[in-house]
Amino acid sequence: MSTQTPDTDSETEQPSSTSPQERRMAEKQARKEQRDADEAAAADEIQGETVELKVFRYDPEIEGKEEPRFDSFTVPFEKGMTVLDALIYARDEYDSSLTFRHSCRQAVCGSDAFFVNGSQRLGCQTQIADLEGPVRVEPLPHQEVVKDLVVEMDHFYDQMESVDPFFDPDETPDDELEEQRQDRENREKVKLSTRCIWCGACMSSCNIAAGDNKYLGPAAINKAYRFYMDEREGENKRQERLEIIEAEHGVWRCQTQFSCTNVCPKDIPLTEHIQELKREAVKQNLKFW
Amino acid sequence: MYEHDVIVVGGGGAGLRAAIAADEQGADVAIVTKLHPVRSHTGAAEGGINAALQEGDSWQDHAYDTMKGSDYLGDAPAVDTFAQDAPEEVIQLEHWGMPFSREEDGTVSQRPFGGLSFPRTTYAGAETGHHMLHTLYEQVVKRGIEVYDEWYVSQVAVTDEDDPNERDCHGVVAWDVQSGEIAGFRANDGVILATGGLGQAFDHTTNAVANTGDGVAIAYRAGVPMEDMEMIQFHPTTLPSTGVLISEGVRGEGGILYNSEGERFMFEYGYATNDGELASRDVVARAELTEVQEGRGVDDEYVYLDMRHLGEERITDRLENILHLARDFEGVDGLEEPMPVKPGQHYAMGGIEVNEHGETCIDGLYAAGECACVSLHGGNRLGGNALPELLVFGARAGSHAAGADMPEPKIQTGPDPDAEREDIGVPVGEPGATEAAADGGAVENPDSDPKAVVETTAEEERERIETLLEREDGVNHADVRADLQESMTENVNVFREEGGLKQALRDIQDARERYQDVYVADKSRTFNTDLQHTIETRNLLDVAEAITMGALARDEFRGAHWRKEHQERKDDEYLKHTLVSWNDGQPELWYRPVILEGAEQTYEPKVRSY
Repeated sequence: MSTQTPDTDSETEQPSSTSPQERRMAEKQARKEQRDADEAAAADEIQGETVELKVFRYDPEIEGKEEPRFDSFTVPFEKGMTVLDALIYARDEYDSSLTFRHSCRQAVCGSDAFFVNGSQRLGCQTQIADLEGPVRVEPLPHQEVVKDLVVEMDHFYDQMESVDPFFDPDETPDDELEEQRQDRENREKVKLSTRCIWCGACMSSCNIAAGDNKYLGPAAINKAYRFYMDEREGENKRQERLEIIEAEHGVWRCQTQFSCTNVCPKDIPLTEHIQELKREAVKQNLKFW
Repeated sequence: MYEHDVIVVGGGGAGLRAAIAADEQGADVAIVTKLHPVRSHTGAAEGGINAALQEGDSWQDHAYDTMKGSDYLGDAPAVDTFAQDAPEEVIQLEHWGMPFSREEDGTVSQRPFGGLSFPRTTYAGAETGHHMLHTLYEQVVKRGIEVYDEWYVSQVAVTDEDDPNERDCHGVVAWDVQSGEIAGFRANDGVILATGGLGQAFDHTTNAVANTGDGVAIAYRAGVPMEDMEMIQFHPTTLPSTGVLISEGVRGEGGILYNSEGERFMFEYGYATNDGELASRDVVARAELTEVQEGRGVDDEYVYLDMRHLGEERITDRLENILHLARDFEGVDGLEEPMPVKPGQHYAMGGIEVNEHGETCIDGLYAAGECACVSLHGGNRLGGNALPELLVFGARAGSHAAGADMPEPKIQTGPDPDAEREDIGVPVGEPGATEAAADGGAVENPDSDPKAVVETTAEEERERIETLLEREDGVNHADVRADLQESMTENVNVFREEGGLKQALRDIQDARERYQDVYVADKSRTFNTDLQHTIETRNLLDVAEAITMGALARDEFRGAHWRKEHQERKDDEYLKHTLVSWNDGQPELWYRPVILEGAEQTYEPKVRSY
């Protein structure tokens, strides 16, 4: 009476004459034995397996901590462990003053972007098993460090807010139950850009942003893209947006190094979006001639 | 001291929506939030937003489904208001540019969800909460609403009349996480608590680390009762290793649950022969655990959720985020393999007792969103009803606090002197013994001048935090929190027994005693998360105690609350809300009848067969 059968590792051969109940119990027993054997084997293998964390430390107001340094923590390794898990372990078990931002643990709050083994990554999304040890965890580069792994995000937020990061149509339907229509293609067009979680990894990875504090940066330009490409906004607002985008510290600063695209934890094609906006700017400017 | 007309505590969906509503009423509003708003846990919601939008659907049907889903523990005035306001709120989001999934004609898509008689769940892929949170925050930016981000609110400033019904709230006290500055925030018109969930009371939860029940505990200690706290929703599909949520949208789109025998157990074992996988969440969660307990689970822990047959195109279009989550957090390719899932703590149906305008019994103190209990979800929240709740009741709280004229509320709040009280023998120590040096109850305010009340409370808070930071050694809060979470998951889970619940109460009491010796190792004023987590842990103790007390006292089976010895719904006895009042640190448990009389009909309790 079973319908579709998922792949399981439990389909051992059983005589067809036994009742379903007996069959189940026998299978369960077999699975248990197998699991015990697997676990015993695994235990032998990973007994005492640990991961070495080297974590950047800095606290401006505590004596002995105001000089930046690295602390080492030895953390027991478990399959599936992420960099965030390891940091939490180190904090809860060894040093409760170890400070970092984190909340959702599922790559959507965007608060735990760190510089892990030389690359911007979300701590919660990065498996320890994929890294070479010792695992080096530092705050995001090119941002002022507040304490340990916590960086000042105000500049990032300011850049995000400088592009008018809100939907601004000329008018919405008078009837409060009447929708604006958006065709599927247009939604697809902006879909990837709407996935940004404001983690700041892209901004931190960008050489141009590092040298030019006024550069809007990939995240803010992507936010501008999200609204510029949305067909429901009016022509005037599009023009305003274009002016922001192509101003002195806008899209033309981008040198297409793709570092933002490489580090984006949500796989947003940031560099591509910036290039598209450059093309829009050229097209619009040509119209005046 | 900072001063605004309306102070909103919390920057998630409910807080942002409340702030926008207060702003639209012309109030000077500020949001004070321990995370930056875009970091809020609303962003992790996946499935969707219910609202009766289409022809063939109606708010009455939405209200009926909600009432039935609640197992008749919802209050009809709240349920009706919710279903009536939801469509306008959803279209409002659409007008604000929210990137909803669309139909061919450009209208927003709707899909089926558990417990709904109509496919009325609007969504944006499987990342609806992310888009909603960002859309709301965009509107906050557009309006120039002030946001104090990374400011942790640790106390409300309330006058100290003996009867909580006569107290006034004049503001909050918060500290700037970055600098350690402790400041009073005077609210001329009202304080709205929108602090979200409390899942960190459990160790297997879909909730963020920040969801520590702060608002609930703060309001409780100021004199507001906690309502229906025992009603904790366990989501049937969370990843076993982390608790990361796999949206109900997977089942809404046709995902199928299998046990280790490859049987589609929801039908084959008769848990929900009408609705199968799309039965209500409590039904599915119990079915899964029953399978596991009877030996048909995988690794004695979980079952399979299979969406492969939906096809790559549909999965990528509507559930793409699920593929990422399964891959990143469980190492499973959802296109090639079934995903392992098990129930995990997901949502608190109970919370701060409020009426349909978001008012608590303390004048000037409001609550909205998951931290509040209006009560809409009763014994079991339907999937897709949390996001519209925070829109509808966030907006109403914001409007009311900012002075909008609203009709007389039908739902009562505040301690009721004539209520039926129950002593359930909580093993608490001597009176006062549960007071921790770190964080006590209502502050004594000799003065009723509003600014003085705020300043006295701030001063008290400065001393409290100073004392905590001065301690040189003691107990690490993380140990207390871990033990609490473990006991709650062991004893106050989907299946509940008297012995386990009593054990949990003893463990909570033990945790309380240890908490009195808690100390903060980090002495820095700069970004002291050690201090913040220590204070949060105290909040978890209070909410965990109310959850467990309520569960022990309610000896029946209703919604998410299942008792081994009492496997029937007892309508004669329990069509009533559980309330727990602070009572000087000795939790007092009492009941208030459910309101079944709605705008157009009186809801008659029926058997929930799915």
